Amino acid sequence: MPGVAMSGRVLTVEDLRVTLPVPAGTLHAVQGVSFHVDRGETLCIVGESGCGKTLTALAVMDLLPSRARRTAARLELEGQSLAGAGERAIADIRGNRMAMIFQEPMTSLNPAYTIGNQLEEALLRHRRVGRKQARERALYLLDRVGIPSAARRLNQYPHQLSGGLRQRVMIAMALMCGPALILADEPTTALDVTIQAQILHLLAELQREFAMGLVLITHDLGIVARIATRVAVMYAGQVVETGTAQAIFSAPAHPYTRGLLACIPVPGKTRRGDRLGTIPGMVPSLIGEMRGCRFAGRCPYVAGACRESEVPLETGLETGGEQDHLVRCIRHAEIAGLAAPSEAVVS
Amino acid sequence: MLAFTLKRLGVALLVALTVSLITFSMIYVSGDPAIAIAGEGARAQDIEAIRKFYGFDRPIIEQYFNWLIGALQGDFGRSYTLRQPVAGVIFARLPVTMLLGALAIAFALVLAIPLGVLAAVRPNSLVDRFALTVAVVGQAMPSFWFALTLVLWLGVHWRLLPITGSDRWQNFVMPAIALGYYVTPAIMRLTRAGVLEVLSSDYIRTARAKGLRPMAVLFKHALRNAIIPVVSLSAVQFGFMLGGSIVIETIFQINGLGYLAWESIQRKDLPTMQAIVLTLSVIYVLLTLLGDLLNAFLDPRLRVA
Repeated sequence: MPGVAMSGRVLTVEDLRVTLPVPAGTLHAVQGVSFHVDRGETLCIVGESGCGKTLTALAVMDLLPSRARRTAARLELEGQSLAGAGERAIADIRGNRMAMIFQEPMTSLNPAYTIGNQLEEALLRHRRVGRKQARERALYLLDRVGIPSAARRLNQYPHQLSGGLRQRVMIAMALMCGPALILADEPTTALDVTIQAQILHLLAELQREFAMGLVLITHDLGIVARIATRVAVMYAGQVVETGTAQAIFSAPAHPYTRGLLACIPVPGKTRRGDRLGTIPGMVPSLIGEMRGCRFAGRCPYVAGACRESEVPLETGLETGGEQDHLVRCIRHAEIAGLAAPSEAVVS
Repeated sequence: MLAFTLKRLGVALLVALTVSLITFSMIYVSGDPAIAIAGEGARAQDIEAIRKFYGFDRPIIEQYFNWLIGALQGDFGRSYTLRQPVAGVIFARLPVTMLLGALAIAFALVLAIPLGVLAAVRPNSLVDRFALTVAVVGQAMPSFWFALTLVLWLGVHWRLLPITGSDRWQNFVMPAIALGYYVTPAIMRLTRAGVLEVLSSDYIRTARAKGLRPMAVLFKHALRNAIIPVVSLSAVQFGFMLGGSIVIETIFQINGLGYLAWESIQRKDLPTMQAIVLTLSVIYVLLTLLGDLLNAFLDPRLRVA
């Protein structure tokens, strides 16, 4: 494995944009997203379906659908630019220094090859090792990700494994080359609730053990609260709020973040019979040019100025000017003292 | 895998047995066989003698089992017209037809699979358009007409290839192309559709996420899965071509099973026809079995008995 720096920036994304041509025009799926991940850090990207979370991760991996267009001011892995790198150079990095775990464990493994073959392949592609060494590494990692009787599993085919086991195999596969960065796109969505927690614990544990940067994409705020170092909340292709998990949960500044948090029942606070919060309205269409705040149509605090010009991502004031807490709302200082939006909506 | 093989073999045997029953009953469907052999205007006692000689007076079940036991031992009776054992005639002609069929399916596969893969990798490109043209032309053109066109240009006009016969390898070029081109479109379209579908699947994304090069993704991960339906189709088409080569063999006067079938139909030579149908059917069943086994080898999920 390459020399492991225990700290430092792993991933820098600046002004990432992804567009897709659709019959009705151009779909602006990701609109200028910026974030960074350090070694040993877990960044959770949170947002509703269709907000551009998955495409953001695929854009970093350069795995976007062929008709999608990607631009970025900066896209760097451990200081090396990915934005200008050629297809071959990216292929040398993928699965090697950065790896991805997908949402669909049932279909992400090739049905025609054994688990062992598919695991070994990742190492054989990037390292000058023999099949025997690759097999040893596969065996070690299968064991490490908690697969019982790993040696037997190596010779089995994907269809002989449950969804939970298959996702563990995918995790082991991502770890084969000891990557600096792992992108996990809703890795537990397709799994049973009981398995979900196990997989997340495993990811968090491995991330600490191997001191990797982890980008975890999810819409489950419960997960975020447990394992995130920092959080980026996405809405309609933009990051609307980002900061430490502590700041986001204790002092959410964007009305959308506040709305999301209000949707979670809190033991002790939420009483039997209380209505859980919802965010009324629908996500806006991302086709064509847009102006003003994307959340304006659903925001309980919307003002005329919100719809007039692009809202910049600026430092959130209410967390004592913490540098890392950014929010995309022109009224965030005014509404900080107001009641949570869900109460305003529900009552 | 062994259990799977045995089960498929059992099914194949049952199918073959059913085919033999149907083949046997062909004799009675076409009218009184004794009259057919004796010819029109034959005397009643001659017909009766023929009926006794060939055993047509016995119960049908007994006749069937006698015929079946004979067939299992390679004895299909005597040809009414050729005056020699049918088995000998069949086994003399079968290799010719098998060779023609094998050449034709090889031609079809060599043309269809690369073209289908290229068309799928670059959909709507020039290659794809070209492949589509090949497919449409192949589907629209009757094989006998295509065969005659080949004869006209390659045989008569340019004098590149012999027109008739089956002694030299050159004799097989035109028939194999004419017969193979007919099944090319279906195989190519299925390859294209299969590769296209597999390329958009999640495990291809996984393979790319591992950093595998495009060729490794295509050949190791995509093609193996995409080719599975093509294997089944090719096996069926191969069997179909053995029977369907009647027209082509007749045009090129190739001494194969198809040509023999055409001759025996004309001469109302029932035992020969029966034997041809049964032989081709059994080969067809075996080819299907081979296709199944090949697919089980390619896709472990199919190995469940």
